[in-house]
Formats: sequence, structure tokens, C-alpha cells
Amino acid sequence: MIELRQVSKRFVDNVVLDGVDFDVRQGETVALLGPSGVGKSVLLKHIIGLIKPDSGDVVVDGLHVPTLKRKQLSQLRQRIGYVFQNGALFDSMDVAENIRLGITDDDLYRDWKYCRERVRECLRLVNLQPEVSVKFPGELSGGMRKRVGIARAIAGKPTYLLYDEPTSGLDPVNSDVIDNLVEKLQLEIGVTSVMVTHDVRGAFRTADRIALLWQARIRAMGTAEEILASQDPAVQQFLERDFEMQISQQRLPTKSRASAHGTEL
Amino acid sequence: MRPSLAAAIDLRRHAGRGFLRVTSHAGRFTALVVELFRGLAEWRIWLPRTFEQAQNIGYGSLPIVLLIAGFAGAVTALQSGYQLEGGFVPLYYAGGVVTSGVILELGPVLTALILAGRIGARYAAELGTMRVTEQIDALESLGRSPVTHLLLPRIISGIVVIPALIMIANAMGIASGFFASATALDLNWNDFTYGARYFFKGPFDLWYSLIKAYFFSLAVTVIPCYIGYNTQQGAEGVGRATTTAVVAASVTILLLDTTLAKVLLGQ
Repeated sequence: MIELRQVSKRFVDNVVLDGVDFDVRQGETVALLGPSGVGKSVLLKHIIGLIKPDSGDVVVDGLHVPTLKRKQLSQLRQRIGYVFQNGALFDSMDVAENIRLGITDDDLYRDWKYCRERVRECLRLVNLQPEVSVKFPGELSGGMRKRVGIARAIAGKPTYLLYDEPTSGLDPVNSDVIDNLVEKLQLEIGVTSVMVTHDVRGAFRTADRIALLWQARIRAMGTAEEILASQDPAVQQFLERDFEMQISQQRLPTKSRASAHGTEL
Repeated sequence: MRPSLAAAIDLRRHAGRGFLRVTSHAGRFTALVVELFRGLAEWRIWLPRTFEQAQNIGYGSLPIVLLIAGFAGAVTALQSGYQLEGGFVPLYYAGGVVTSGVILELGPVLTALILAGRIGARYAAELGTMRVTEQIDALESLGRSPVTHLLLPRIISGIVVIPALIMIANAMGIASGFFASATALDLNWNDFTYGARYFFKGPFDLWYSLIKAYFFSLAVTVIPCYIGYNTQQGAEGVGRATTTAVVAASVTILLLDTTLAKVLLGQ
């Protein structure tokens, strides 16, 4: 379980998070919506300890992330897969080596046979051909880079997956491919996921619950139905602007969690 | 508010910010050095990458190092010949000037300055780009230490390769100095080596050159790595980091050069 309690963060004079409370239950997918630059990625980086809060607490599996020692933090990170906005693939390594770096267990990392199999398996999970493994990030399209980023994030069999804008910068077709992939991974490997996005359609499609970060605070959090029913002017304004009234025409159901038990990683 | 009062407050604000910046850098640099020493224990990670880096910077830097050292030795010989014209000082002194000049000063300093531009800029740009494209964050998110994966291989390979390059530069400088002396000054091998031995103060000169080389190798590697690792603000930040790294490493080399001359030569 992930919990953020009264987390505040400011960069010089810019208050990014102001007493944010946010929680993610085991096995669910939560989408964090909000306008660009509101601090969604900053919130996500708090969960993995890449940014420390000025005040408040971040708790993952009962561990208080801001106070963890280097080794404990490293061990916690091995249970969390992080998908970066632009892939953040290592330019100097081919796809196979990028994915292999995601294998966080040192003994398995040194086992070449296991690594080869795991890379192949991760590529299959993200719908990429094994031949892609010898390519370098510079040779891949934007959509493929995102998928390789996801493959690297799941290579270590994480308990949690954090997606930072998985569909940003992609055309609608590729966005759908990534959304399908997020759903598929949820079904097949059953991880707990947090997805930062400003793609309202994708969030309603893939998430069990949705949160709206607005002016440094969580303005609303609930199922798709609850968010749609919200009378909060900020929620309505955000949905109307970004969802282009599609919601009023077709009521999108909350993603069924019944089938989200999935296979083992 | 009176203009003089406003200017005084502004000055205090600038001084305060400057002080905070310096202390912040000092703190982060110290923390990085501590991390580097801690990371040494994880040799299984940094050792293989160190060989790759050493190969890259060693072979890649050799041509420019040989070129610079070659010209430095030749020019020193020609200028010595010009200074010794007239016959009051024997010409074989040129052998001593070339050998001592190259070993004690030109070989280490010129090579280090060139490598600050070549290796230092490369390290700062590589790490800076990795920082702004979130590759360093990605490494951390995987529970892996950027210090052992990225910084230690670069620094250790530099510490191994740069002194070796400086020794090669010394040899090249002396060789080209002799060649220039022989062709332009009609100085034969016996006279050249006689002059070289006359001024040579024993193995200490070579040790001095080597000690300088190790200090310079730290300046060429650690400073650019620190600056590149802490890069901010996109492509512009990478450009700024690269320039800052080269300037900072070069200035440090010159400061170290003066300090080591005072400390080790006692002059």
C-alpha cells in the first residue's frame, strides 16, 4: 500500500504540493490527473524517494520513504517499477541491456541465461518482437521507446508500477496501444499501479480510481462514477476542457477489478 | 527608500546568495566524495565499466596528446637555441632545458589542460545529458547507484590512463625536442644527453612529474563528473555544465601546478 500524508513540497517560491493526502490500495490502478506543470510527476517521484518532501510522510509497505537509509531505499526501489515520461533509456546500451538493468536481483542479473529469457519475456509482454533487443534507443520510435521503458520497469518483477505520462507525446493510435498495454499488464501480472497523466480518456479507461491534483492539492479522488458526479467546479472545468464533453455523452464505467488477479510475474 | 540603502540591501542579498551557493556546492561535493569512497566496495559493478572507459579515453586521447607534446618539445628546443645564440652558454644546455622543461612542466600541464578539454568536457556532457534526460533518475529508480555505475568507472579510468598519457607525452616531448635540436641546432645525441643529465636531478624529477599527473587526473575527472552529475535545465544546462567543467578543471590544474611546485620543489 502507498500512502502520502500531508506531503508538502516547494521549489524556491513555487509551492508544488501543499499538504497532499493520497493513497493507493494493494492491487488497484490509480490515475492521477491534473493540468501540465501542476506537480503530478513530483508527487510520483516522492513515492520512489527521488524527491524528499519538505514536510509530511510517504509510506510504502509500512516503510517511511523519506527517512530510509541508502540501502533500505535501494531495496524498496527494487519492488517498484518506474516508467519515465520519455522512456529515460540508456543511450549507450541496446534494448536488451536496458531491460536487463531492470532485473534488480544481483544474482539473477549475473545469470546470463535467465537474463536472456527475461528480456525476451518482457518484450513479449509489451508486444515487441525479440529482434528489437539488439537495437539502440536512438533507432526506436516514440511508442517503442515507451514500451521498452515499460519492459525495463517490469523486468525486476515489481510489486508496484509507477507510470509518468505513459501516453504523452503519442498520437491517438499509439496512446491506445499504451493504454491497452497498461490494462494488459494489470490483468497479466496484477501489480499495483499509479499512472500520472493528463489524458482523461486513458485514465477513465484504465484506472480503478482517479485523483485530480489541482493547485497543489488533491481536489477529488474516487471511482470514475464519483468523479463524473462531482459538483466541484475545478473537477468539472478540468473534465470539460480535457474530455471535450465525451463523458456526458457516454458514461464510462470504472474498470472492472474482478479480473485483475492475473498471472504471477 | 533611499538609493544608497537599496543598493546596500541588494549587495547583502547578493553576498548571501553567493555564500549559500558556495556552501551548497561544498556540501554536495563532500557528499559525492564520500559516496565515491563508499562505492569502491562495489568493485564488481565499476571494474568492468572502468576497462571500457579507459579504452575509450586512452586510445582516443593518444593522438592529440602526442601532437601537443611533440610540438611543445620541438618549440622548446628551437627557443632554447635562440636564447643560447652567441656562444656564452654552451649549446648542450638546450638538452637540459628541453628535458627538464618537458618533464617538470610542459608534459604534465599541457597534457592535463588538453585532457580537461577532451575528457572533462566529454564527462560533463555525458553525465549532464543523462541527468536532464532522467537516465540518472532511472538508474536510481532501479535501486542502482549512479556513483558506482557512472562516476567511479570514469574517475578511476582517468586516474589510471591520464598519468600514463602524461608519461607518454614526456617521452614524445623529449624525442621531438632532440629531433628539433639535431636538425635546427646541429646538436648531436651525445651533447643533447649530456645537457639533459647535467640538469637532471635524479629520479625525483620523474616522481614530481608523476605526482603532478595524479593530481591533475583527479582535477580532470572528479570536477567534470561533479558538475555534469548536478546539471539542471535541459540542453542549455548541459552546455553550461560542459563549459563550466572545462574552465573549472583548467583553473584547478593551474592552481595545483603552482601549489605542487611550491610544496614539492620548495621554491
